[in-house]
Amino acid sequence: MAAYPLLVNGTTHTVEATPDTPLLWVLRDTLNLTGTKYGCGRGLCGSCTVHLNGTPVRSCMLPVAAAAGAAITTIEGLAPDGLNALQHAWCEHDVPQCGYCQAGQIMTAAAFLRDHPAPTEAEIDAALAGNLCRCGTYVRIRAAVKDAAAAMQKEAAR
Amino acid sequence: MKASPAPVTRRDFIRVSSLAGGGFVLSLALPRAGLAQAAGALDDTARVFTPSPFIKITPEGIITILAKNPETGQGVKTSLPMIVAEELDADFSTIVIEQAGLRDDVGAQFAGGSRSTPDNYLLLRRAGATARAMLIAAAAQTWNVRAGELTTENGRVIHAATGRSLSYGELATTAATLPIPDERDVKLKSESEFRVLGSRVGGVDNPAIVTGRAEFGMDVRLPGMLHAVYAKSPVFGGRLLRANLDHLRTLPGVRDVFPVEGGTEITGLLPGVAIVADSTWAAFAARAQLEAVWDESAAAGQDSPAYAARAAALARTRGTELRHDGDVDAAFTASAKVIEADYFYPFLNHATLEPQGCTAWTRDGGIEFWTTSQTPGPGRDLVAATFNLPKEKLKLNLIRAGGGFGRRLRNDSMVEAAAIALRVNAPVKLTWTREDDMRHCFFRPAGFHHLKGAVDAAGRLSAWHDHFVTFGYNSTATPAPSAGMSPDELPARFIPNYRLEQSLIATIVPTGPLRAPGSNGLAFVMQGFIDELAHAAGRDPVEFRLELLGEDRLVPPTGGRGVPYHTGRMKGVIRKAAAESGWGSALPRGEGRGIAFHFSHQGYVAMVAHVAVSPAGELTVKHVTAVADVGPIINLSGAENQMQGSVIDGLGMAWLQEITFAAGRTVQSNFHDYPLLRLPEAPAISVHFIQSDNPPTGLGEPGYPVVPPAICNAIFAACGKRIRSLPIAKNDLRWG
Ligand code: FES
Ligand code: FES
Repeated sequence: MAAYPLLVNGTTHTVEATPDTPLLWVLRDTLNLTGTKYGCGRGLCGSCTVHLNGTPVRSCMLPVAAAAGAAITTIEGLAPDGLNALQHAWCEHDVPQCGYCQAGQIMTAAAFLRDHPAPTEAEIDAALAGNLCRCGTYVRIRAAVKDAAAAMQKEAAR
Repeated sequence: MKASPAPVTRRDFIRVSSLAGGGFVLSLALPRAGLAQAAGALDDTARVFTPSPFIKITPEGIITILAKNPETGQGVKTSLPMIVAEELDADFSTIVIEQAGLRDDVGAQFAGGSRSTPDNYLLLRRAGATARAMLIAAAAQTWNVRAGELTTENGRVIHAATGRSLSYGELATTAATLPIPDERDVKLKSESEFRVLGSRVGGVDNPAIVTGRAEFGMDVRLPGMLHAVYAKSPVFGGRLLRANLDHLRTLPGVRDVFPVEGGTEITGLLPGVAIVADSTWAAFAARAQLEAVWDESAAAGQDSPAYAARAAALARTRGTELRHDGDVDAAFTASAKVIEADYFYPFLNHATLEPQGCTAWTRDGGIEFWTTSQTPGPGRDLVAATFNLPKEKLKLNLIRAGGGFGRRLRNDSMVEAAAIALRVNAPVKLTWTREDDMRHCFFRPAGFHHLKGAVDAAGRLSAWHDHFVTFGYNSTATPAPSAGMSPDELPARFIPNYRLEQSLIATIVPTGPLRAPGSNGLAFVMQGFIDELAHAAGRDPVEFRLELLGEDRLVPPTGGRGVPYHTGRMKGVIRKAAAESGWGSALPRGEGRGIAFHFSHQGYVAMVAHVAVSPAGELTVKHVTAVADVGPIINLSGAENQMQGSVIDGLGMAWLQEITFAAGRTVQSNFHDYPLLRLPEAPAISVHFIQSDNPPTGLGEPGYPVVPPAICNAIFAACGKRIRSLPIAKNDLRWG
């Protein structure tokens, strides 16, 4: 066991963990941030996606030792004061079925839209290809990302 | 060096499988205090109006509606309260929805068979209408007018003659003093008066889901909670012989490691090793170091190639005759064209994105559960029977599940959590690894169909023979769960000469219902072979199907058991699917459309798929048109979402998924070898409903079986390759 300083959603925590503990389980079991989900534990599903210094990463594959010192954002910290454009679009389109994959979908989409403010449908598809949805909400995800991009563009133009 | 596994002694076991006075009698060890009433119970004080368990209205105007059934992503936490709100005549957007725990006063609480809607439609409408009638009576009393002069709108009672109105909150305390009328005296709205039902309502948990605050089964947290995994024999049901338990006990964060003897009933508590730790990761990491020797004597001959060889051998024999109408052999001799084909669909795993799991806490003489079960009542019964505990001592909280699809109809994770919680003096959360979830399932059974069919000189389907080779659980006499086939399956009852024979392969693989059980494999076979016969007859596949269904009528089930089949409703969805998809219009070379239909769970569904196959054999599914007649729609947004999801799920299943077995074990372990469909592979989907005034049914299931045949028939139209064996990915689609 060792102590690691973690900067999560703007707050620094010191957590005790074995160095190989994936960030996912530190977030969920130690910091009570259960919005980040376990789906496969092998980097195959994207349910555990968080931002590490702004880049989407699979927290199930990232040892806590490697995350120490970096700025980590989870779904709980994506829009601390309500809903951002993506989350709003997700509700407008009533995207979730079971909802289990959606935090990972939104985290991936958020980083993608920051870098690609006016994406084509093919770019959206490619960006989210690594996030599995067992319930099959893909057509709504596509539409919601598109709408969120348009809303963000409009907001930026004001 | 690793410690060598030590033999497991009898003393190590907690004998939880023994019902009759085993060594570990829990009821003695536990205090006798009772458990609180089911969670989610609406409090009932004099000021608050609670005409039924479903509705609570406070004087402050807060209206709470109870969501009675388990939410697994099918949308019932939203749609069932909508039914109450409709008859209550309240503004749905202002209503608080509260998830019920397992209780005894709200009717059956389960999520399966697309039954949530049909079983609760009238019950919940009456609950809403009764409350509304009482609120009107309270207003009539307050104003001293006749109830007949009053109307309601958006949570208010209105006296139009005097322009007065009172909110439901203002009337709550008076309404609470009134007698509850006989529900037969309460008038329901006519459907033309509906404002809530049939509208688009977003899921009530959406804001929590998109901010990571929704609680799923795996997210339950309790003070001092420990984390557990449960390792079972990779060969189904095998007993534990030896394991390196002492080594595991020395690993970081591990609190306890113990074997559980378990029983032999496949849906009950099976033998395993419980690892209890401070964190999920510590438990997972210890599990990775488990070295166990299991009794694998049942494994011989239990693998997929052996099943296929056995099926081929059985196909050369005669099976048990389940139905024979007319004279099939004579019809084959007399028919213009006879074709034969072998169809196969594989075993499947439900692969809910949230793996199985359950949280349990033994205290106060009983166990409290936080469960994602689709069948919490039977789960409670299983725990009570397994551990000889009275049912009243078991309290179940129903937690949102990350997908169900029938997997959570079985309560294996609940009974495992109970076994662990009974030994651990703290709340404990059991989490299955993805690998556990992939390997230990009640799989959708595979099926082999050896078909022979004929068309007559007029191009009509005239004879059909199916030798169905399926599985029996350790049996060649009785089909395994969800492995049987109704002798009424299409085209039986619609053609003069029909024969169904059945043979069974004995398996140790646990099987069970998966989304539209039975139908999800059979529709592929029936709609595929009907398509082959249509082409053999040189007929249009839509016309051929409409003719098969014949004139509009209600076709009764054979022997009066089962559900009647309304040909008119089915023809309606077929015609609409054809019209909406542009059926018959020209497509470029390498593209094609396929049609399929199926009736299941009281839902009539037809789909047209539009696909492209490149000469190199790459498949692109461009568009799927889905049409359903499931009676009136409760929540249009949720209903469309279920149909879209069925299309994606059905396509992923047909294209990519297969579970296989080797030496009695599941071969696949995670999403690399059991893929789900990905966003770039998802087609555009249009969904249409024919809203008849037939009784409503659920939409979780009836769409799913129709997708594979629609896709496969489209592939044939596109490139001439007939898919008779799933998944599609195993087939060579190259052409040209
Ligand atoms: S849980 Fe991390 S990718 Fe699946
Ligand atoms: S909504 Fe259930 S997995 Fe995506």
